[in-house]
Amino acid sequence: MTKTVVRPYGDTTGDGMTQVSFTLPIPHDKKAEGAALQLAAKMGLDPAMLVHAKQMGDGFTFFVIYGSVRHLVELDKVQVVERDFPLLGSKEINTIVKQKLRRKLSVVGACIGTDAHTVGIDAILNIKGIAGEKGLEYYREFKVVNMGAQVTVPELVAAAKQEKADAVLVSQVVTQRDAHLYNTREMTAAFREAMPAGKRPLLIVGGPRFDELMAGELGVDRIFGRGTTPREVASYLVHSLVTQRSK
Amino acid sequence: MNLNRLNLDPAVVQRARELARLAGQPVVDMARSHTTVSVERAVLRLAGITGADADGIPWVNRLVDQVRDDVGLGHGATLPVFHALAESGVDGDLTLLAQKAAAGSVKFHIPEGKHATAAKKLSKRAVAQGIKTIDRNRLERDKLIKKHGEPKQRPWIYLIVATGDIYEDIPQAQAAARAGADVIAVIRSTGQSLLDYVPEGATREGFAGTYATQENFRLMRAALDESSKELGRYIRLTNYASGLCMPEIATLAGLQRLDMMLNDSMYGILFRDINPIRTFVDQRFSRQIHARAGIIINTGEDNYLTTADAVEAAHTVTVSQLLNEYFAHEAGLEDWQLGLGHAFEINPDLPESFRLELAHALLARELFPDAPLKWMPPTKHMTGDVFRGNLLDGFFNLVGTLTGQGILLVGMMTEAVVTPWLSDRDIALQNVRYVLGAAGGLHEDFVPAPGGFIQQRAHGVLGEAVTLLEEIVDDTLLNAIADGTFGIMKRPANRGKGLDGVAKHEDGYYNPATEILEAGK
Repeated sequence: MTKTVVRPYGDTTGDGMTQVSFTLPIPHDKKAEGAALQLAAKMGLDPAMLVHAKQMGDGFTFFVIYGSVRHLVELDKVQVVERDFPLLGSKEINTIVKQKLRRKLSVVGACIGTDAHTVGIDAILNIKGIAGEKGLEYYREFKVVNMGAQVTVPELVAAAKQEKADAVLVSQVVTQRDAHLYNTREMTAAFREAMPAGKRPLLIVGGPRFDELMAGELGVDRIFGRGTTPREVASYLVHSLVTQRSK
Repeated sequence: MNLNRLNLDPAVVQRARELARLAGQPVVDMARSHTTVSVERAVLRLAGITGADADGIPWVNRLVDQVRDDVGLGHGATLPVFHALAESGVDGDLTLLAQKAAAGSVKFHIPEGKHATAAKKLSKRAVAQGIKTIDRNRLERDKLIKKHGEPKQRPWIYLIVATGDIYEDIPQAQAAARAGADVIAVIRSTGQSLLDYVPEGATREGFAGTYATQENFRLMRAALDESSKELGRYIRLTNYASGLCMPEIATLAGLQRLDMMLNDSMYGILFRDINPIRTFVDQRFSRQIHARAGIIINTGEDNYLTTADAVEAAHTVTVSQLLNEYFAHEAGLEDWQLGLGHAFEINPDLPESFRLELAHALLARELFPDAPLKWMPPTKHMTGDVFRGNLLDGFFNLVGTLTGQGILLVGMMTEAVVTPWLSDRDIALQNVRYVLGAAGGLHEDFVPAPGGFIQQRAHGVLGEAVTLLEEIVDDTLLNAIADGTFGIMKRPANRGKGLDGVAKHEDGYYNPATEILEAGK
């Protein structure tokens, strides 16, 4: 029987053991330790053990607390975006594109807005790839244009048109003041305005702080979160653009 | 520090330097025969222009744009500007002249004959005032260092603040200094590198950083002067002379007594897609200012390793360090001002990754024995696993002390997770203190085995660097950059941002700042 309710695991099933650390803006004394334990209790840690407290500067104290959390996790109520496409190898991907699309699959990628962090888009697109997996440039049947950092939305739309992009990949790392959400909405609005529904490339955003459930709200076809590999993206592209459409 | 622990062949080292000179020389020649809007604006800032219009566009931008429209920049901006200043009856006030020009009541011409002589004299006198301020600041720094003292240990501990609001940055910077930082860097707002003007005034709005402005520089330097007094050691202030306004920001740094500036010869080209010619011209001027101001530059080789593989691309770091050294010396910087960069970015899952890091760091140390060297922490393989990250930072700190790095940027275990929290910084400093306290003198005992893994690796990297430099010399540096030799990015010389702000010198080009800075060289 599969479990539907679980608790955190320290060293015994069901012990609920959890570790948290935080800073309170008060100097370290007995009262500060009491305050930390009060917070832990409100977080559901009961009983809580204060294992470390250290004052930093004049008016701050850092705490580490271990304790049993009384909350239960109900697995049948968990909502996530499950991978709804098969994960393929680079050979299979190239073969499918070659046989069914019969031209190169065109991908345009960029970091938009003021975001200068190309690490995400480079990990997915650069031939170098990430974690031993080659990036999309490695796929013989893909034509990849990586526009790099701080690309404006009009530049991106123009490049997508010029390259006849089948898919546009946008990476967003900076999230201050929700810049990633703002930039993504600006981007999808621009594509909706510039191209009719059937002609639009697949719009994909990625970044460590996106909520994968927000695709509809942001107007993108797919969101990829932290830890996504180039192969997953390539498999998704082939699934959406080739396999499904040729059915 | 005992030298030649790697048993490097002096002939190979000399060959590498010679190749760097051969590769760099044509770029220097190009820089000497071109100017840019930002170089001209920097010169006018030295001459005293300040302020911005109602839209926040600095008057110096309005003025240089107007000159460019009227007569182009091939003769430099000072000739037409100071000619107009003499003719217009604004009593020598450049800002007023800019306002009148913006209102359309001044038209610029290239003066000739005695008018040209007069404009040159007038402009040189004004620019000399600005350079005098820079000289005074340098003396003041020396005085304050003597008074308050240097940090007790090497490497100097370098911490970043980045709130976006200068008035939040100040207490954070002071707290960081109290917690042990010797150098405070105020990270710039994302995107400032691509602004073709320097914002004015104290700023409270920035994305992932705070705008570099003259007033922000002044406020932070004054606050750290207080901290220096309180702590009994001179706390250095760092900012970024990079992007489209590099020469101006270098100038403002000199005028406000900043102590270190990030200033890489190729970073803007590779990572911000700024036009290569624009960058090299701006670079040379900004380095001449830094040389004069006694500012330590920090170069950006660490960035190559965040895009390329840190083992495969190790030699590109060495090549870039050698090029940065050549460009720096050519611009008048001395060895003690060269915070040449490199980083701890090898995949920790790779066998012997720590020994490879040691070999690379030691190679930089031995190639540049008199440079402070800027040692950058892991970022690429910081995954969000903060526990593993803290361990990695500890090993990074150990390499730093074992190889005598001069400036250690403190690594945060929450790299790639959040902008550092107060507690992250505290844990990071605790890590540094533990390693320096426990193993600060270990470099005295540490001699790599002759012919062993570390020596062999260092020799291999140096050999690859020499081969690459030979290719660059054959191909020219500009073509090598266009081909994606550094950091994988391909950047052709006829593309990139800011190219329209470049002008070739005409006969009779005049730049009083360059004349003063190069006098006696």
